Amino acid sequence: MTLVLDSQVPTGSIQDAWDNHRFNVRLVNPSNKRRFKIIVVGTGLAGASAAATLAELGYEVTVFTFHDTPRRAHSIAAQGGINAAKDYRNDGDSIFRLFYDTIKGGDFRSREANVYRLAQVSNEIIDQATAQGVPFAREYGGLLDNRSFGGAQVSRTFYARGQTGQQLLLGAYQAMMRQVAAGKVKLHTRTEMLDVVVHEGQARGVVVRNLLTGEISSHSAHAVVLATGGYSNAFYLSTNAKASNATAIWRAHKRGAAFANPCFTQIHPTCIPPSDETQSKLTLMSESLRNDGRIWVPLKPGDDRPPNAIPEDERDYFLERRYPAFGNLVPRDVASRAAKAMVDANRGVGPRRNGVYLDFADAISRLGMDVIRSRYGNLFQMYERITGEDPYEVPMRIYPAPHYTMGGLWVDYALMTTVPGLYAIGEANFSDHGANRLGASALMQGLADGYFILPITIGDYLAPLLGTTPLDPGHEAFASAEAEVREWIRHFLELDGEHSVDWFHRELGKILWEACGMARNGPALQQAMGEIAALHERFRSGVRVLGDDETLNQSLEKAGRVDDFFEVAQLMCRDALHREESCGGHFREEHQTPDGEALRDDDNFAYVAAWEYTGGEPILHKEPLSFQYVRPSQRSYA
Amino acid sequence: MRLTLRIWRQAGPDAPGDFETYDVDGISEEMSFLELLDVLNERLIGEGREPIAFDSDCREGICGSCGLMIDGQAHGPQRGTATCQLHMRRFNDGDVVTVEPFRSAGFPLVKDLVVDRSAFDRIIEAGGYISAPTGSAPDANLIPVPKDDADRAMDAAACIACGACVAACPNGAGQLFTAAKLAHLNLLPQGQPERSMRTRAMVEEMERYFGSCTNHRECEAACPKEISIDFIAMLHRDYRKARRDS
Repeated sequence: MTLVLDSQVPTGSIQDAWDNHRFNVRLVNPSNKRRFKIIVVGTGLAGASAAATLAELGYEVTVFTFHDTPRRAHSIAAQGGINAAKDYRNDGDSIFRLFYDTIKGGDFRSREANVYRLAQVSNEIIDQATAQGVPFAREYGGLLDNRSFGGAQVSRTFYARGQTGQQLLLGAYQAMMRQVAAGKVKLHTRTEMLDVVVHEGQARGVVVRNLLTGEISSHSAHAVVLATGGYSNAFYLSTNAKASNATAIWRAHKRGAAFANPCFTQIHPTCIPPSDETQSKLTLMSESLRNDGRIWVPLKPGDDRPPNAIPEDERDYFLERRYPAFGNLVPRDVASRAAKAMVDANRGVGPRRNGVYLDFADAISRLGMDVIRSRYGNLFQMYERITGEDPYEVPMRIYPAPHYTMGGLWVDYALMTTVPGLYAIGEANFSDHGANRLGASALMQGLADGYFILPITIGDYLAPLLGTTPLDPGHEAFASAEAEVREWIRHFLELDGEHSVDWFHRELGKILWEACGMARNGPALQQAMGEIAALHERFRSGVRVLGDDETLNQSLEKAGRVDDFFEVAQLMCRDALHREESCGGHFREEHQTPDGEALRDDDNFAYVAAWEYTGGEPILHKEPLSFQYVRPSQRSYA
Repeated sequence: MRLTLRIWRQAGPDAPGDFETYDVDGISEEMSFLELLDVLNERLIGEGREPIAFDSDCREGICGSCGLMIDGQAHGPQRGTATCQLHMRRFNDGDVVTVEPFRSAGFPLVKDLVVDRSAFDRIIEAGGYISAPTGSAPDANLIPVPKDDADRAMDAAACIACGACVAACPNGAGQLFTAAKLAHLNLLPQGQPERSMRTRAMVEEMERYFGSCTNHRECEAACPKEISIDFIAMLHRDYRKARRDS
């Protein structure tokens, strides 16, 4: 198979591209939509909103989630907010500014036309969510409130306390459940997708496993949509939910979908530092805390005094010092690297010296305890639960942690992967955030893809298929995919290995975090690739999975996911190694300015790196990026 | 810290179940309760014994996956806290701790500490939504919502559908869950057109799975989001009104 990257960006000005595309796509007549079956995998913001909208349009939709209910998808944990270019605050925002900020924030590694479209539909998302009853924060006059959020100089973020993701997800989930009641969505919970079936060059369906009974079954459709999120859990410790995994996109990759920019991962600056080896995941403290908290470390290395005993002139407010214009609100990648530099210089704080302070003392004396409590009460409480320390009295300790992956399956303007009929939406695709995502933009992108983009673009693929029936699930293509899945399960259950799945996952995470975390360099990446391959080998022959395949077996589920994480990690390192520049979240130590800032190489690396799976050495394909509306510049937040 | 754990083990829905006792040593107070189970599971796997099945995902108190009865209390001894946010500093060296699933007729047992809470999905499916097909919405600021109403709606909408309310209730009632969703939608202007229909449908669906409320208030005490039973009063009011109007 020869893989061709054709972005299908419509002609015409960037402002007209989406309109032109919508006018030019082939349409499916409303009464014919019920003749098409679409499979949606994943029920986060992107999946649930897509399933609801496709069903409302009239398509027959089948939805799979490995959760016990669609509402548990990890979108639920997003705290801070969702951006839109409403300009309700009259502070100079516009669609173009949101577009500009997103391109710049992404360090000029995303596709202009996609990002402009994202900014265009952002306003409709707020309207849609409000109509569904999402309880966004309001002013006393009854109108919607906004706040500024990580790295933006306008107030364009809508929020529902510290639970914006939860409320938006419930809106999408409820819209989808309305379609379940209407019989237009068939919902399969506790069912995990284990393969995509591609036949004669087109996606035909999926093979899934019922997690309660172990039953393997095949499901066919005219198109398949993956909305299965990102791969931060390759690092083991991340802010992602425990079960978040890359299996769906990785197995799609093995069936021909190119994987784009795998090394573009986001390390979020405000997480609670790990306390010990048994730590199972990391907890994010909303970025909104940086609006009022001041970040500092002691000036003197190894200073063990408690924070309140360190006088003002012996503290280093390093973000305010290095970036006076943005201060504590610099973009995530910049803030994370600065914190790492402090900890590496032995100026970290806390019992393990693995954090920096986020201090609210000034804000409390300026605004009063009540204001701080009303803004951040639930976050302070959460912090207190986890650490046993009261942030009203003692500064919080924070440290960066893997949080989001900008990389993902390569998609064209229609959100279709390199496999015809296979789409990827939300965090599962690579599309809009370039090398770094701005705060409050993940919810925006997930819902833009699911509510407003995919439901339009998919018609263009389906229209010519009118009158065709999906491949018979008994077809040889399905049977052989099922057989592979069964063989894999048999293999893992028959091993009597040395260590648990979690043990291997933790070891993998350590290697990946060291070599492919916040700072990367060539020799370390090369060494990590060797170590990952060796550990993977040991895993395949030496993991211990107990139990059977006929009842709930959580170790077996994890074994499959970790097996894939090994390969994802390998590709992340390979991509990081090949990208001999620093951009956004990808920081190569060999490529930095004298001040230690990321140094891009637009002459040689202004492209999307899309990797083709071969079973051996993957093949690199390049989609060149051209910038006609925003001229690439060195990002400066000083 | 050293604890003795009595944990409910049951191989499947129809298999007999019983408590098994495990001594766990070297527990740090920084660990969460679920991390304690992780450590125990690692040990069991090492010994060739099947690990304990339990649900969890986000581990930051928002997804609603986790939920254990700890010494007879849903989500354990700390108010307003889901099991995943409960840390071992709440326990003392030498404690004997009993861990059970969220038992209720409405939540059939799946395995060990895992139960089936899909009845909640059925209640939402019955009417827990505002019909607003994608694309049809007016500008968001066209519908002003008084701040107090929006805030109260948010108080109710904070429900994470963990099922602690049902597990804590001596009647196995699903009122607090249902009332929270009804209040969220019924308090908002956008929710008015379907208010009666929604209330009847959701309450009647709820009654297919869950018991009746007799005001024990155990649900409110167990709720990790501290949702008030005032919303149950609102449910009753709305339901009577809906019956009368139809």
